[in-house]
Amino acid sequence: MLNISCPFCGEREELEFTCGGEAHIARPLAENQITDAEFADYLFLRDNTKGVFLERWRHAAGCRRWFNMVRDTVSHEIIEIYPMGELPKSKQGKAAYEACWRRNTAAEAAAMPKKSRAKKGK
Amino acid sequence: MAQGIDRGRTGLPGGKPKYSIFSLARNAASYHQDWQRAWRAPEPKKEYDAIIIGGGGHGLATAYYLASVHGMTNIAVVEKSWLGGGNTGRNTTIIRSNYMWDESAAIYDHALKLWEGLTQDLNFNLMFSQRGVLTIAHSWGELREMSRRVHAIRLNGIDSDVLTPEEIKAKVPLINIDQSIRYPVMGGFLQKRGGTARHDAVAWGYARAADDLGVDIIQNCEVTGMIRKGGAIAGVETTRGTIKAKKVGVVVAGHCSVLGEMADIRLPIASRPLQALVSEPIKPELDTVIMSNAVHMYISQSDKGEMVLGAGVDKYNSYAQRGSFPVPEHMIAAAVELFPILSRLRMLRHWGGIVDTCPDASPIISKTDVKGLYFNCGWGTGGFKATPGSGHVFADLIANDRPNKIAAPYALDRFQTGLLIDEHGAAGVAH
Repeated sequence: MLNISCPFCGEREELEFTCGGEAHIARPLAENQITDAEFADYLFLRDNTKGVFLERWRHAAGCRRWFNMVRDTVSHEIIEIYPMGELPKSKQGKAAYEACWRRNTAAEAAAMPKKSRAKKGK
Repeated sequence: MAQGIDRGRTGLPGGKPKYSIFSLARNAASYHQDWQRAWRAPEPKKEYDAIIIGGGGHGLATAYYLASVHGMTNIAVVEKSWLGGGNTGRNTTIIRSNYMWDESAAIYDHALKLWEGLTQDLNFNLMFSQRGVLTIAHSWGELREMSRRVHAIRLNGIDSDVLTPEEIKAKVPLINIDQSIRYPVMGGFLQKRGGTARHDAVAWGYARAADDLGVDIIQNCEVTGMIRKGGAIAGVETTRGTIKAKKVGVVVAGHCSVLGEMADIRLPIASRPLQALVSEPIKPELDTVIMSNAVHMYISQSDKGEMVLGAGVDKYNSYAQRGSFPVPEHMIAAAVELFPILSRLRMLRHWGGIVDTCPDASPIISKTDVKGLYFNCGWGTGGFKATPGSGHVFADLIANDRPNKIAAPYALDRFQTGLLIDEHGAAGVAH
């Protein structure tokens, strides 16, 4: 049983939470500009890391709010909990974020608004 | 026995001594000290025609059918641990083919037809027992949905019957059909050809028969990398050295994403723990497999007398081969309400296996972008029942480099075309 520290309510048992799977999957806003295969990357393909994994959780039987978690899928150690819309700050979390194959997909590129895409180009 | 399936060269044509009542008597005379080894422990060769990664039921079945049906005997099975030590030895041994969609009916009934007669094919007692699988409904809505499902299943030529609570009580006297309980028994459906088999025996039987045909079974040999040359597979790196092969089949269940990563292949798989537990052994009380999707548990009694229970997968990814307590707690609560006598049983053992769940609760049997590299995964919570069928069609895919009619719908590209085979209903286990 995991003991999870909800950023809003404090430490509670796993039973109060639901897991929302892999974190940081952005919906491709420019979906017409990508292929079916690239859209499938967004819709179906999931990172299934053995080791440090970034995922979303929701305190379903509490405040019902979402948050992100860095967790090891082998030891079940919770390394970091951080708010939605932010990136992990821990060393392992950062490394896992950068190492994910999804960072280089067309689906993720199509998820960014044009302005920030241009910025990223610089 | 089913007609029209190529079962290959059966009954140990390689000349290994057969198991029989006579061999049992002969070995009794020498106090069972001189039984022959069931399979060799060969050193890996430099090169094979094909390598199967994963020495569980599906991998060993694939190797057996490659050798017996397709005549490919210069092949190896590499297993990182011991044979059948993963999900093959961790499931609740239920066998059935009552799936709704045509594609599923085809593959699961193909498997069931192979189960029928497999003990003779392999000359190994699999303790295959067609004791019937009974799925219970707990509401009118569920019963109506169940009837629709039964009609669809019957249209595919698979046996299924709807039962009333009284008929269920007559068949399973232990069950509580009192309408006052929170989730009363409103009816159910029975597949009489369904049942159980001894899971370890399946791995051992396939291993012994494959070894008899010349297949090298290499245990304690973990694959650490895939060697590719110009978009085609050339072999694998292992903890026991490099092994070359132009064809590699990956059948590793929970670790398929890890193996996929080695060849830059992404899979829509989430690896989750699926837990099961057994009670202390009691006298024969339950001669049917009972499943309930609504209160969520399934139960059968093993030949040893233990009650074998299982339920849904844990809700987060894990590779730890253990689950969290809320799942068995829920499973036992459901079991005790349906079978009040279970409340006085002690649970002896409890374990978890890492299952490869797929978004549509159907498997992936597919070629990949790497030529000669094949994947058979995504069986999730329901792989054991499919073991012979899965191995049979996967061997066909590897031997001929094209999927047959049964395997074709399970290609990886269905996640791009949208031709999913949504079997969450028939999977009977929450994903």
